[in-house]
Order: sequence, then structure tokens, then C-alpha cells
Amino acid sequence: MNIYWQLIWAYVKIGIFGFGGGYAMLSLVEKSVVSPGWISETMFTDIVAISQMTPGPIGINSATYIGYVAPGEVNPEYTGIGWSLLGSCVATLAVVIPSFILVLYSSHFIRKHSESGVIKSIFSGLRPVIVGLIASAAIMLMNAPNFNPRGINWQLWTNVGICIIAFCLAYFPLNIKKKKLKMHPIFIIVLAGVAGLVLYL
Amino acid sequence: MGQYLTLFFTFFKIGAFTFGGGWAMISIIEREIVDKHHWIKKEEFLDLLAVAQSLPGILAVNIATAVGDKIGKTKGSVTAAAGTILPSFLIILAIAIFLTPDIIKNNRYISAIFMGIRPAVVALIIAPVITSAKAAKLKWKTVWIPFVVALMISLDLGLISNPIFFIVLGGLGGFLAWWWPQKYGKRHKKA
Repeated sequence: MNIYWQLIWAYVKIGIFGFGGGYAMLSLVEKSVVSPGWISETMFTDIVAISQMTPGPIGINSATYIGYVAPGEVNPEYTGIGWSLLGSCVATLAVVIPSFILVLYSSHFIRKHSESGVIKSIFSGLRPVIVGLIASAAIMLMNAPNFNPRGINWQLWTNVGICIIAFCLAYFPLNIKKKKLKMHPIFIIVLAGVAGLVLYL
Repeated sequence: MGQYLTLFFTFFKIGAFTFGGGWAMISIIEREIVDKHHWIKKEEFLDLLAVAQSLPGILAVNIATAVGDKIGKTKGSVTAAAGTILPSFLIILAIAIFLTPDIIKNNRYISAIFMGIRPAVVALIIAPVITSAKAAKLKWKTVWIPFVVALMISLDLGLISNPIFFIVLGGLGGFLAWWWPQKYGKRHKKA
């Protein structure tokens, strides 16, 4: 099978079976791309690290990168930026399209029946669960890689401080000229990045 | 056309600043889609999150698709999904073309910036816990549910810690709470 079809097949599988997003699908991605020899184990670790340093979900980041390098790696005929770009586009679309179609059809179905008591009651039961899911995502991210990657005590405490300050800025509105203004989350991320540069360089 | 362009750039912005997966984008979406553009209501957003999380695939893309569909039907969902994907696609492509991964990984400036960003991202996921709890209009009968769900999932006990398990339970519970009194409760009321 041609490498492009292999890429599509691998990423369609990741797109369909990758539940829960992010790190839950990491081992699946690793299995699908390292064992066919598209990239090395170390290269994969590097891509994971890059994903943490660039915006966007790891599923997409890995698809774009591996789609770029795999064609040339597998078949020298496919060396060159055109072939690589094709691989990137193909793998990225393959990982996105299956779930896109699923979500779209489900949304249409739900909208069509939005006045039905069954749908309404199901959603009223789902809402408290979703609150719990967001909370669990926050709890699971309170770990050493996020708060103390270098294992240095004072950095742990400054990171806890950054987290608390960021929360206050995100949650409590500021009183500016008698107007209540909540700080934009993007601005908070930029501020935290500047703080990191000042504190940890 | 104008509305789709706004939608595209809004999600492009959201995609460009989503570090750490789908949950991290909730704060920014709430701010942009609910507070600023008033495209959807807060409790509707919770329902869309439920749809996005119950289906397989990349959470960030699922959220964008569901929100985009709510705002502009199929065209809206294509626009929103494309906007979310494009920033990371372009950045990774640029890295693949011009750099090697270890240059970025070992860059001390980037590493310092992200040491500061990561704890802030956690804070940006804690904040929507509270705003979504308010939007869910929890009553004394349901207020324990988020606590139990969060505890069970964080304990990571295998199958019973799977988010999908709690989504199924929640949907089923909501349905039964509606259906049961209708079927069996009326007698008591009339008596």
C-alpha cells in the first residue's frame, strides 16, 4: 500500500478511536507511527515535547509533523517539499474528518429533536457530569510536569503563585472606571509567558 | 459572508492560544463566543461540550465543530473547525520545514515561557469549573454529581474512571428522572 494511504488509514483510526483527547490518545498515536518505522522513538518524544510548546491538540500536531516526514522516510521517491506537504495535509485531514462528520450529524440530530422531552432530560442529566469532567481535567493537570518540571522547590511555589494569580484575573472582574471588566484569557496567557521569561530564564 | 469571516478569525484566535488540549480552550471560547459575540448561551455551551466529549476524536476539533454548527449550521462548523486547526497546522509545518524539533525543545527562552504558561492554563481550566457549575443550575439533588465525577476520574481506577462511563450514566439518570415520575409518579400526585 502506498505510504499516503497508510498515513490516511493510521490517522483515520486515531481519529475514530482516540477518545478523551490529548494524552489519552498518545499511546495510540505512538503505536501507529513508530512501529511502521515512519519516525524513531526519540523523534516521537521530541514531537510530544513540541506539541506542549506550540498551540493545538497533540493529535493534529503529530499528524502534521509525521505526515511531513514519513513519505521521504519510507520511499526516497517521495523526497521534496511537495510530497511532504501532501503528506501533512492528508494526515491532518484524516485525523479530523471522521469525528467532524460524527459531531456534525449528532448536532443536526439533536437540533432536530431539541424540543423533545427525551433529549432535554438527557442533557439536564449531562450538565452536572460535564462540570465534573472539567474539574477532573483541572485536577489531573495539577502535576509535576506542569508545576515543577525542573524539580526545584522555589519554582514550584512561584508556579502555584502564577496559577492563583491567573485564576483571580480570569474569575474576578476588575473595576476600571466604574466598569466591570474581566481580563481576556489570551492576555492572561501572554502575561504568564512573560512571567516565565522573567522568572525562569 | 461577514459572519463566517468573524467566526473563522474568532476560532483561529482560539486555536492559536489553546495550549494543552481541548479543555484549555473553554475559557477562551466562553469569553469570545458567549460573552463577547453572544452567539450562544452559557448553558447551551455546556450541552455542546457534552456532545463534543461523548464522541471520539480530538476534543478541540469536536468542540469547534459543535459550536460552529450551533452558530452557522454546516458551513459554520467547517469554518470553526478549519479556524481551530489552521494555527497549529501552520506552526508545525513551519517547524518541520525550517527547524528540527530539538532546536525548539532545547531553546531556553521558549522553555522558560512555557514554564510560566502551563500553571496559568491550569487556572484557566479551574475558572470554567465555577462558571459552568453556575450555568448548570445545580440543585441540592444534583450538586454532589460533579464532585463524585471529578473524584472518580482523577483516581484513575480503570474502566469506572472513564469519562464516557459517566456521560452515559448522566444521560441515563437525566432521562430516568424525567421519565419515571411521568410513568409511575402521577398516581401519587392525584391520590
